[in-house]
Amino acid sequence: MTDTSFTIAGRTFTSRLIVGTGKYPSHQVMRDCHLASGADMVTVAVRRVNISDRSRESLLDYIDTDRIFILPNTAGCYSAEEAIRTARLGREAGLSNWVKLEVIGDERTLFPDNEALIEATRILVSEGFVVLPYTNDDPIACRKLEEAGAAAVMPLGAPIGSGLGIQNANNIRIIREFSKVPVIVDAGVGTASDAALAMELGADGVLMNTAIAGAQFPVQMAEAMKHAVIAGRQAFLAGRIPKKMYATASSPVEGMVGR
Amino acid sequence: MTITLNGEPYELEQPLSVTDLLAKLEIDPRRVAVEHNLTIIKRHTFTTVVIGEGDRLEIVNAVGGG
Repeated sequence: MTDTSFTIAGRTFTSRLIVGTGKYPSHQVMRDCHLASGADMVTVAVRRVNISDRSRESLLDYIDTDRIFILPNTAGCYSAEEAIRTARLGREAGLSNWVKLEVIGDERTLFPDNEALIEATRILVSEGFVVLPYTNDDPIACRKLEEAGAAAVMPLGAPIGSGLGIQNANNIRIIREFSKVPVIVDAGVGTASDAALAMELGADGVLMNTAIAGAQFPVQMAEAMKHAVIAGRQAFLAGRIPKKMYATASSPVEGMVGR
Repeated sequence: MTITLNGEPYELEQPLSVTDLLAKLEIDPRRVAVEHNLTIIKRHTFTTVVIGEGDRLEIVNAVGGG
C-alpha cells in the first residue's frame, strides 16, 4: 500500500521523524544528528536570553531554517497560564505560530496535566496557533484535545527521557484508530525498535530527543532512528501477518525424501 | 534607575527604547521576544516602547529542547 503524505495543519513534512535540539554534546553534533536523522521539523525551548554571557553561540546558527521547520515547545510549564505565555513568546520570537504544547503535572514523571492542557489548547487554538499537545496514552484525553482544536495529538510512549519505549502499545493503537488528526508518539523512545514499534502501531510520526542526544554515538543513533521510522511505517502499510500461538510451516510438507 | 531584567535587577542611566536596550546588550532583535510588564511587545514597536524605572522586562530566545 502506498504511503499518504505526512501532513499537519496543511503543511507536509518529508520525514515522519521529529527531533529535539536539547542535551546534545555540542551544537555541531546536534546539526550532524539532524542531518543524519532526515528530520525536517525540530523542537526548541523558549528561555531567557543569557544577559551576562553573550559569548554563547546561538542555537539557530546551527539549524538550517530553509530546510527545517522549527516547533517551539512550552517545556517546564506547570500551568495553562505559563504555557500560554510561553507559546505567545515563542510566536513573537519569530519561531512560528506552531507550538508543541506541554503543561506538566508532576516534576518526577513529567506527565501532562491533561485538564490544564485541554484548556490551554482551546485558548491557543482560538488565538490562531497550530497546537500539537504532548499528552499521555489516554484515548479520551486525545479525543478531548482533538475536539479542542489540536492539529495533532502526541501521546507519550513512556516518561520523557526514560528510554522505556512504548509502555502501552494497545492504547497507542487505539488512539490512532480513534483520531482524525495525526498521531505522533512523543517521549520515552529509547532505541530504534521503540520507534519502529510506534510506527507499526499506526502512528503517523515519532518525536524524540534524548534517545538520540544521549546515545553513546548520537549521529549513528540518529541514522538508526531514521531507518527505524521508515521501516516501521513500511511494515505498517505492508500489513503484517497475524500472531498465532503455534507453528505453521513455511516449507511444503509433501515431497520429503524418504517418506 | 533600576529595572528587573530577566528576573534580576539591572541598572540603567535613563529610560530608553527596547531597540536601544537590545543594542546595548548586543542582542539581535530578530531572534528574541520581549515582554514588558507582562505584555508581549511586537517587534515593529521596539523603537517606540520606552523602558522606565521599575519596569519588568523579559527577553527570551530559542534554546535547545525536546
